[in-house]
Amino acid sequence: MNRNLIIGTALTVMFLILAAVSFVWTPYDIEALDIPNKLQSPNGGNLLGTDHFGRDILSMIMMGARTSIAVALLAVGIGMAIGVPLGLLAAARHGSLLDELIMRGNDLVFAFPSLVIAILITAVFGASAVNAIIAIGIFNIPVFARLSRAAALPLWERDFILAARVCGKSATRISIEHILPNMTNLMIVQGTIQFSLGILAEAALSYIGLGAQPPTASWGRMLADAQTLVSIAPHTALIPGLAIVFMVLGLNLLGDGLRDRLDPRIRVVRT
Amino acid sequence: MSLLEVKNLTLRIGATQILHAVDVTVGHGEIVAITGESGSGKSMTALAIMGLLPQSSDARGTILLNGTDILQTSEPDLCKMRGNTMGMVFQEPMTALNPVQTIGDQVAETILIHEKTSKADAHKRATAMLERVGLKVPPTRYPHELSGGQRQRVVIAMAIALSPKLLIADEPTTALDVTTQARILDLLRDLVQEFDMGLLIITHDLAVVADIADKIVIMQHGRVVEAGPTAHLFAHMQHPYTKALFEASSHAVDMPEAAIAAPLLQVENVARDYPVARKTILGPRPMFRALEGITFQINQGERIGLVGESGCGKSTLTRAILGLEDVQSGTITVDGAPVFTGKQPNLAVRRKMQVVFQDPYSSFNPRHRVDRLITEPFHLLQDPPTGPARDAAIASALTDVGLTPADATKYIHEFSGGQRQRIAIARALIIEPALIIFDEAVSALDVSVRAQVLDLIADLCRKRPLAYLFISHDLSVVRTVTDKVMVMRAGRIVEQGDTETVFTNPQHQYTRTLIAAAPQLPAIAV
Amino acid sequence: MIRYVLGRLTSLIISLIVASIVIFAVIEVIPGDPAAFMLGVNARPDTIAALRAEMGLDQPVAVRYFEWVTGLLQGDFGRSWTYKTPVADLIADRVWVSLPLAIYALLLSTIIAFPAGIYAASRRGGAGDITIMGATQLGVAIPNFWFAMILVLIFAINLRWFSAGGFPGWDNPLLAIKSLTLPAIALALPQAAILARVMRSSLLDMLGEDFIRTARAKGLTRRQALWKHAVRNALIPVLTIIGLQFSFLLAGGIIIEQVFFLPGLGRLIFQSISARDLIVVESVVMLLVFVVILVNFLVDLAYAVVDPRLRTKS
Repeated sequence: MNRNLIIGTALTVMFLILAAVSFVWTPYDIEALDIPNKLQSPNGGNLLGTDHFGRDILSMIMMGARTSIAVALLAVGIGMAIGVPLGLLAAARHGSLLDELIMRGNDLVFAFPSLVIAILITAVFGASAVNAIIAIGIFNIPVFARLSRAAALPLWERDFILAARVCGKSATRISIEHILPNMTNLMIVQGTIQFSLGILAEAALSYIGLGAQPPTASWGRMLADAQTLVSIAPHTALIPGLAIVFMVLGLNLLGDGLRDRLDPRIRVVRT
Repeated sequence: MSLLEVKNLTLRIGATQILHAVDVTVGHGEIVAITGESGSGKSMTALAIMGLLPQSSDARGTILLNGTDILQTSEPDLCKMRGNTMGMVFQEPMTALNPVQTIGDQVAETILIHEKTSKADAHKRATAMLERVGLKVPPTRYPHELSGGQRQRVVIAMAIALSPKLLIADEPTTALDVTTQARILDLLRDLVQEFDMGLLIITHDLAVVADIADKIVIMQHGRVVEAGPTAHLFAHMQHPYTKALFEASSHAVDMPEAAIAAPLLQVENVARDYPVARKTILGPRPMFRALEGITFQINQGERIGLVGESGCGKSTLTRAILGLEDVQSGTITVDGAPVFTGKQPNLAVRRKMQVVFQDPYSSFNPRHRVDRLITEPFHLLQDPPTGPARDAAIASALTDVGLTPADATKYIHEFSGGQRQRIAIARALIIEPALIIFDEAVSALDVSVRAQVLDLIADLCRKRPLAYLFISHDLSVVRTVTDKVMVMRAGRIVEQGDTETVFTNPQHQYTRTLIAAAPQLPAIAV
Repeated sequence: MIRYVLGRLTSLIISLIVASIVIFAVIEVIPGDPAAFMLGVNARPDTIAALRAEMGLDQPVAVRYFEWVTGLLQGDFGRSWTYKTPVADLIADRVWVSLPLAIYALLLSTIIAFPAGIYAASRRGGAGDITIMGATQLGVAIPNFWFAMILVLIFAINLRWFSAGGFPGWDNPLLAIKSLTLPAIALALPQAAILARVMRSSLLDMLGEDFIRTARAKGLTRRQALWKHAVRNALIPVLTIIGLQFSFLLAGGIIIEQVFFLPGLGRLIFQSISARDLIVVESVVMLLVFVVILVNFLVDLAYAVVDPRLRTKS
């Protein structure tokens, strides 16, 4: 167990617990406004203080954790579920038109930063957490496609793949039986990295109003609300920001720790 | 005093003792070879002399180069000596050069680092040096435009640009073809004479040693086991390891009589083309003819060799025979049925052939256990054995190759290179194919391990009649395990016939060149 | 080399065409009736009809697409429904805020990241390396817009070294750059953290390569081998990241503008989205995507300059 793994797991698990607990209990109801109690610094009654509507910040952090994790996790899910098979397919048919098309498709999606995709989607379909998931998820697809293709290509050159072909196995079967299992470590590590990037992306989208809408709590929107209050009530801006930082840091350390544990030679794609 | 005197060199890296009390001496104009198998410490000795050991090393003893003790010299002073009084050539020419610099620049750099001279002068001398090493391409070329042999010449040019007193060459020709190897060795010999250099050459190939070295040093497990003038040592070797090494290098395998029966594999006038990169946008795609007019036959129980240098088309032919790729013209049939059947492989034909590859570290999926690995060919059977029958098949396959049934539950990384090749042979034999293709199957193994695997093949031939195609660039190995041999060059078979006949009385010019270029071990009484 | 450039150019053009089709499809085809969508539920039929006529919605899709593209090529980005002015005018001023901001941030990011990454790689395992790795680990986790708020708090509100926002126009270039500095730093630092890590790992890869060993055998010191051989080779994979980074910086800049009240493309887009002004959104998105594809094309050209293997592909 290395240090990265321990700290990373601890941080990640902490937020997972906060998010899970929020389903059954939060210290206060975030939909209840309590204006007289607004902009309180952290104190005994409100461990992390209150915002401009008097809402308890700790409760909002817990609910916001739920939003962030859900969006980022589902976005990674979309990216992996579509991207990995695409990458494997491209590698299995390396040099063919299909391979070329998949690569060009990747490049095309990369030309649209997830923010831009979100803009396009929300302009037409309106802003919501679901649209944020789709926007971030779409951008994850070429990340995983490119990664799995790059990982699969050198594996196809290895003799044990040739041996499998000599034994009459089809490309699909070989991709599943031989290629994929040798990529799982890489996918796990890249998955945690994309998860952390998803948290950041969700925060950014919520900040500009393109993500989860009220009354759903989200860290990004807490920051947007706090923007004009930075000088008079800095805790309203500091705390959600720190939540994001620690969650992302935790996930990145977890990813690094996993990599060192599973296979230090793994090279992830960091965008 | 000698040019180089290594005395009592001991090396420790971390907790491991790498070298024990190594002594080596090289005189001016002398060629000394350090030889041994992998793990013997030969390369580490060379790196120690150059002062290029990894940072966590602890080296004791003395390394005197012209009186200066390398181990006591500071790093900045060592930098002044490297490339200047001592130069080094490494094994892998394909990765030894900076890909984004021209070869002229890289050779000129050696000069510019050590001497205060103008760029123009350095480049002139660099160009002259590149010509001297026999390179016929302009110095403005980039490394990726050169072949392996050419790149190695550039590396040599860089190493001797300033006429060093000592040249160290670590396996300089191992990655090269036989004919290229011969030329590089000639070049090294010439340079030694012309510059009165001392050459310390590290090689695992005893034949190369016999060919070029004045003195030989034999190492095993980090120790010098025996040393002396080459001819003398070969004639009067003392140490058992030396004898074993020599025996393994010239190992004659005791092959049983071939029990030849009906025709099995028939290759008729096969041609294979590859599309290559376009030079013009319009017009037909240019093709490279990898195989041309290939015709031969392997009968059941017949053992045929295939020799050729890199790029001759061996691998293309192998893939075509195995039915993995189509051919542009001609036919390949096994027992009359074509081997290539488009997207859906014809399992009935495929199950008559299996293959053993060269690299024991790349032939197996690292995630699977041995039992799963060696039963992969079961996919070709209509009714693969299951349960106890499967276990029995696995157990018998493993014992046939000299391993135990208990090895079936281990992972492949628990085995050495030689053991992995045995497992590869087990995998090839488990469905009892009629034909096995050994594709450079022993080329990556140490000499002693190689001898064992060849003996194993002979044993297997004794148990059941085995037909195989033995592909190798190593002529001496092919000579000892085959009845017939084919010589390939540039996609064609230039000669074929009985092995002994072809070797003793080669007809084709290329075959003669090949045999002449291969270094020979002198026959001695062991 | 020519063939390589032509190839990349073809790629550029195809990407632009496909991207424009995608954008057009999402904006003008998917909502069904863009005019009705833009005007909302309570619009009167004749208003909708007028807008439809103005947008030429009665024509077939392919024709509309071609007219849109030819318009773009001539600099006609259509007329904004909300502002009743040509979109090109709306974009022109704002682009000169968003684009320089992204470039400024890219420069800062590179200037910080390269030396940091090279230093960390050359002192691998040492105190400097560990510090830099720790700092980058933190930097990667910081949302740039939050970092911007913190910067405003410290440097604008407390220290008063910079103004808290606003953009004075390009008449006084120095003042303009000063007003873009805090935003550029906020954008640049998290990206610099990523870039530094990539630089470090790319360089460490290079340092393990055989040709570095050859260089040392020639008599180069570790430092000489690093600078003359390793760094240039390490740049090649780093270039890809820079290309990607630019697109993130452009997008991130749009968000940062909110923190600093910069009159860039960001405000225009978000107001247009709220106002359902699809024409503006369409054009701005096309512009952003165009810039990104163009930058990637330039990166591809830079590759050929750095890596001779691409120039002489045989």
